[in-house]
Amino acid sequence: MSPRPAFRPAGPADAPAPQPAPLRADGPPPAAPLAGWGRFPTLPAHRAAPADLAAAAAALRAQGEGIAPRGLGRAYGDAALPPAAGPGLAVETRRLDRFHAFDPETGVLVAEAGVSLGEIATALLPRGWFPAVVPGTRFVSLGGAIAADVHGKNHHAPGGGAFGDHVAWLELMDESGALRRLAPGDPGFAETCGGMGLTGLIVRAAIRLRRVESGWLRQETIRAGNLDAAMDLIEASQGWTHASAWIDCLARGTRLGRAILYRAEDAAYDELAAAQKLDRWALKAQEKRLGPPPDLVPGFALNLLTMRAFNALYWAGGGPAERRGPALVDWGTCFHPLDAVLGWNRIYGRRGFVQFQCALPPETAREGLRAMLRLTSQAGQGSFLAVLKALGEGREGASLSFPRRGWTLALDFPATPRAFFVIERLHRLTAEHGGRIYLAKDARMTAAEFAATEPRAPAFRASPARARAFATALARRLEL
Amino acid sequence: MTDAPDLRPALILGAGSDIGRETARLLAAKGRPIQLAGRRPEALARDAADIAARHGVPVTTHAWDATDLAAAGAFLDGLPEMPGIVLCAVGLLGDQEETQDDAEAIARIVATNFTGPAAMLEAAAARLSRLPGKTAVVGIGSVAGDRGRARNYWYGAAKAGFATMLSGLRQRYAATDLLVTLVRPGFVATAMTEGMDLPGPLVISAEQQAKLIVEGVEKRRHHVIHWKWALLMSVIRNLPEAVFLKTRF
Repeated sequence: MSPRPAFRPAGPADAPAPQPAPLRADGPPPAAPLAGWGRFPTLPAHRAAPADLAAAAAALRAQGEGIAPRGLGRAYGDAALPPAAGPGLAVETRRLDRFHAFDPETGVLVAEAGVSLGEIATALLPRGWFPAVVPGTRFVSLGGAIAADVHGKNHHAPGGGAFGDHVAWLELMDESGALRRLAPGDPGFAETCGGMGLTGLIVRAAIRLRRVESGWLRQETIRAGNLDAAMDLIEASQGWTHASAWIDCLARGTRLGRAILYRAEDAAYDELAAAQKLDRWALKAQEKRLGPPPDLVPGFALNLLTMRAFNALYWAGGGPAERRGPALVDWGTCFHPLDAVLGWNRIYGRRGFVQFQCALPPETAREGLRAMLRLTSQAGQGSFLAVLKALGEGREGASLSFPRRGWTLALDFPATPRAFFVIERLHRLTAEHGGRIYLAKDARMTAAEFAATEPRAPAFRASPARARAFATALARRLEL
Repeated sequence: MTDAPDLRPALILGAGSDIGRETARLLAAKGRPIQLAGRRPEALARDAADIAARHGVPVTTHAWDATDLAAAGAFLDGLPEMPGIVLCAVGLLGDQEETQDDAEAIARIVATNFTGPAAMLEAAAARLSRLPGKTAVVGIGSVAGDRGRARNYWYGAAKAGFATMLSGLRQRYAATDLLVTLVRPGFVATAMTEGMDLPGPLVISAEQQAKLIVEGVEKRRHHVIHWKWALLMSVIRNLPEAVFLKTRF
């Protein structure tokens, strides 16, 4: 493990050079604070960002235990943080960012684990291919998408499913630096998709992409006045490829669970207007959306008033479909609305925030979701990122993969004691309704709550695929 | 071999550097075949596969040593196709304290940052200016060449020499369709340092820097520098000597 300077010069052509950090002869560099995307919790961590597979193997061999795989740091909680106590090293894949091969006939891409899904989309859209599954941000790494078995707006649809459904094979590095190539059906493959990095370091993978005719989507926006209406509407929209709803988790009484449903289909080239045909893959649209990152997002703290106002405005802006009609939106606007605000995770200020996301079975979902929304709206806790979605079938034999048939609700909260109290009760409601919690979002579950919501945990823990040399703060917390 | 000037390959010298690699990716995204050159071409194979897979363009790798001045012309003539853009991203920062008392280190710094790249772009200019259509040679200098500082003056002086040479080259070929561009990067970080402790807003990513370079070539600009660094360096260049001597940056 070598000391990582705060930034490295971009090659010799770069100057004036930063002063190199003084090399310490007396052991490893000190641990520095590290957090997930939610900026909570923040833990002292050693980190290494190997530049190639050989360097990764050397780093893993040298460390030998407490290895925490980390992609681009978009897991919200402590899933990619090394354990706080004992030996630990976050091994980042961000410099393993090369494509290896792409077959434009079959749409199979082989790439290193640190490539982001946004890079894949941007590079391969011009050849008519798009990742089969994209989560709510384009900034997740390929390895992270597999390890968390992420899902997107098309989980319910044919050809959708979770990310792991589209992995042709993956290469896993163990603590000795040895590589194993695993395909679906091989021992360890099911545990690795959704295994949160606890089966080894994913260094490379082959994934199947999805054919598209353009980078645009025909999207309909429909308001629903309460939770039941929203769920009915989502159920009625299952024939659409992409569907999910923003939910106003502060609305109360008869308006409890009012929502805006977004449903979309890939737009064929012929559906595009002249202006969009000029930007067929919506790549220029992305540049406009993302823009330069703000140097500093104003550190105002969200409070109940501003959030209520935001939600009310947002809901009002949703407008009835009759008035708005279907619209063509670019893929970034459709799939990654929050990416337009780079660094939006700072909006909760220094204290950070935590996400709660559960999946409930269809039988208990209506009752469970109503109880959860009643709880959050009464507590006056809740977020501007609240998402409701129907999930399709989970993968057969999937080990710790999150998606399952039913409904998923995602909420975020400021990392405050009051919110933690609400989250604890949300965990209880999840367990009571036979649901499970999304580990890529979680920062608060206890080992007991995990046991109550994840009957598959003992099997995972006992599996030979669970690599003991790999450990994260999340794994310690959940005794996984 | 194609006659369309925009589809001639781009030759990236010093392709192992982050700026070289990112620029190659952006040029490939626009459909240009790419030639990657460096001292150890086998080390470029991973990047060659990366660029070819990303953008579906042919990518070749070539062995080239910047310090072998006499070989520049033969190297270019030995390429499978004459490039329409030649970008030289080689350089060696070196360690000022080790350099100043070591004649060999001085020679290495000067050869890698000045005479080597300059001789290569001289040879490239002669060939590219004769090609039909618009062509470009691009050299990566440094803001360190704008004013000598105690911290890295051998490096800075070599980059200043390179800048002056390119200025002359530009004037010599002013009547042709050859563009001669000097890029002056400041602090460049990698794209993935988000969330890390960066020294303020003066740091730009290798990708951003590459974008500036490609835009600069498209818009036929002679100089490419990020506006923040242009501002800062105009102040630093114009500081009175008495004031400059008291500064510590």
